[in-house]
Amino acid sequence: MGRTLFDKIWHEHVVADLGNGVALMHVDLHLMHDLGGGPGLRTLAEKGYRVRNPELTFATADHAVSSAPGRTEDTNPVGGRLLRMLREASASNGIRMFDLGSDGQGIVHVIGPEMGLSLPGMTIVCGDSHTCTHGGVGALAFGIGSTELVHVLATQTLVQRKPRRMRVTMDGTPHAGVTPKDLILHLIGLAGAAAGSGFAVEYAGPAIRALGVEGRLTICNLSIELGAKIGMVAPDDATFEYLADRPMAPKGEMWDRAVTHWRRLNSDDDAEFDREVRFDADALAPQVTWGTSPEHVIAIDGRVPDPDGAGDAGRRASMRAALEYMALKPGAPLEGLPIERVFIGSCTNSRLSDLREAARVVKGAKVASRVRAWVVPGSTGVKRAAEAEGLDRIFRDAGFEWREPGCSLCVGANGEMVEPGARCVSTSNRNFVGRQGPGARTHLASPVTAAAAAIAGRLVDVRKLGMEPWKNS
Amino acid sequence: MEKFLTLSAIAAPLLRDNIDTDVIIRIDRLVGGRPDELGKYAFELLRYLPDGGENPDFILNLKPYRRAQILLAGANFACGSSREPAVWALQQMGFRCVIAPSFGDIFFANCFQNGMLPIVLDRPTVEAIAAEVEADPEHGFVTVDLEKQTIVSPSGRKIRFEIEPARREALLAGLDEIGMTMSREAEIAAFQARDRNRRPWVYR
Repeated sequence: MGRTLFDKIWHEHVVADLGNGVALMHVDLHLMHDLGGGPGLRTLAEKGYRVRNPELTFATADHAVSSAPGRTEDTNPVGGRLLRMLREASASNGIRMFDLGSDGQGIVHVIGPEMGLSLPGMTIVCGDSHTCTHGGVGALAFGIGSTELVHVLATQTLVQRKPRRMRVTMDGTPHAGVTPKDLILHLIGLAGAAAGSGFAVEYAGPAIRALGVEGRLTICNLSIELGAKIGMVAPDDATFEYLADRPMAPKGEMWDRAVTHWRRLNSDDDAEFDREVRFDADALAPQVTWGTSPEHVIAIDGRVPDPDGAGDAGRRASMRAALEYMALKPGAPLEGLPIERVFIGSCTNSRLSDLREAARVVKGAKVASRVRAWVVPGSTGVKRAAEAEGLDRIFRDAGFEWREPGCSLCVGANGEMVEPGARCVSTSNRNFVGRQGPGARTHLASPVTAAAAAIAGRLVDVRKLGMEPWKNS
Repeated sequence: MEKFLTLSAIAAPLLRDNIDTDVIIRIDRLVGGRPDELGKYAFELLRYLPDGGENPDFILNLKPYRRAQILLAGANFACGSSREPAVWALQQMGFRCVIAPSFGDIFFANCFQNGMLPIVLDRPTVEAIAAEVEADPEHGFVTVDLEKQTIVSPSGRKIRFEIEPARREALLAGLDEIGMTMSREAEIAAFQARDRNRRPWVYR
C-alpha cells in the first residue's frame, strides 16, 4: 500500500519506536517566541539541562511587542521584560535571534517560511498552536506546550503519538473575491471545529495546487481551528520557487540535493487516508464568522443559523452563548452589519500577498468615519517589501494605521485590544470569547472582506465590488 | 510529576461545546502574571461579572461544584492555543480530571505532562453522568480508577474508559518524560549522525 505525505516525513524522523504507535521523533527546527522562549530556557536551566542543539533553534519577538508606529522594546513594558529575557537567554545558549528592527523579526509563523528556515520535509515545533502554518511549505509542523518545549530544548526530540491521516480535497476554481481564507473557513464550517482532532490533515486538489505558497500557509494556519494540530500541503515547484534564495535556505549544490529529496514528498496514488473530505470551491461565497468558534461561519450572503436546528445539546448551548455574546439573532443577515474595528494582520493573513490584495480594495477610498482600521504586517521583511511597493501609502491615505510587526490584535498579549462590545472584522484565526479583548466581538474574514468592511463601515459582499481573482506569491 | 491513581470527587457539568483555552485562561494573565495565581483567573469571563463580582449563574460558582475535582465537559474541550497554563489554571482551581467527548489535541497532550487525567467518553455517556450529578449535586461523587480504567457514576454505574498504555503507566508512576528521553542520548546521537549524511541542509 502506498504511503501518505505525512507517513513519509514521520518515518524519516523516528529516532526510536516506543511501541503502540508512539515514537521518539527528531525535531529539525525549534522556533521560539517572546512569550514562551525566555521562560522555557529558564526552566531548562533550573532543571540542570543544556540546549542540546542551539543551531536548530531560532528565536524572535512577536506576541508581547507593541505594534505602535515608532515603537521601542519598552513601549509595552511587560513585552520589553520578556524580550530582554529571551535575548539574554538566547545569547548565553548560542541561539540565533531575530531581534526588533532586523528583517527576520516578526510573527514566528511568518518569518519561518520567509527566512527559508522552514523547509519541506522538516519537523518543526514551536510553543504556539499555529505552528501548523509551516505545513504550507510541506513541513510536518505542530504546536507544543511548555513542558514539551523544554523536552525539545534538552533532547531535540519529542515523544509523539502517530495521528490518523485525513485528506481534504478542494476542487474547482474560486470566484473572484473568494480567497484561501474563505476556503479554509468554509471547511471548518462544513466539517466542524473538532473534525481534525487526532488527525494530521493533508490539503490537496486543484484549488490547493493553484495557490501560491502564501495562500497554502493561510490554509494550513487554520488547521488547528479544524481541530488538527498538523496540516500540510505537498511541496511542488511553486514551493521550491518560493523558498529558493531565501536567507536561511540551502544554496548551490546543497539546494539541488534538497530539491531532489523534496520531490519525493507527496502522497502515493494508492495511499489510504483514515478520513476524506471533499468540496467544490466553484460555488463558494466569501465567508464570515458570526459566533465564537471558527465553525460558526456562513457565507456573507447567508443568515445567522438558529440553535434550535442544531443537532445536540452541547452544540445548541455553544451556539446560544455565541449569539448572546455577539448580540445577533437567528435569521439575521451578516451583510450590512455595522462594525467599529478592522484588523488586517496575524499569522493567518499578514503576508505580502494579503496586503497587496487588501490594498487593491482600499486604493483611492476612505475608511468609514465610524471605523478604526489597522494593518499590522507580519514581519519587518513584509513591512519593508510592502513599503517598497507603496502599499503603506495606499493604506495610510485611506485612513488605516500602518503599524509595526507582531501578533498584535489577534491575541492582545501586548495589551492591544478591541473595546468591549465593539465589532471587529479581523483577518486572524480565532473569534473566541474575549480573544481580542474582554467583550470584543470578532468576525473572522479574509483580507479583502476586512478591507471592504473598513471602507463601508459594515460587512459587505466583496463580490459586488467587481474584484479580480485572488493572486498570491 | 504528581501521580494519578484514583480520585473520588464531586463532578461539575460544563457541557457547552468548544470551551477554548482562551476562556480557560486569558493570555493577559500569562504575560507578566504569576504562574501560581492562575486558579483565580480560570474561566474569568464566565466566572466573574464585569464589575469583578462573581457571576451567580456560572455553574462552577454554585456551592457543591466549588469543591469539584472532576470536570464533565462538552466536545472539543480546551481547543485552541497550546498554552500549558490552561492545565495549570484548572489544577489550581482544584480539577484533576476532565471527562469529555473530545479534546483539543495540544491540551490533551499537556495534561499528561502535569498529572492531569483527560478521559474521552462518548457524548451520551458524559451527558448521562452529568444528569446523575445534577439530580443531586451535593452527592454528585464520581470515582475514577486509573489502574482499573473505570469510572463509577453517582448511582454506582461502572463505566470503562480507554487510555493509551504508555500514558497510563506514566501517570500511575508519575514519570518524567524528559528524564526518560535523556537516557536515550546514544540513539539520538546515532540518528543525527545518519541524518546529517542524508539531509545535510537541515543542520545549519
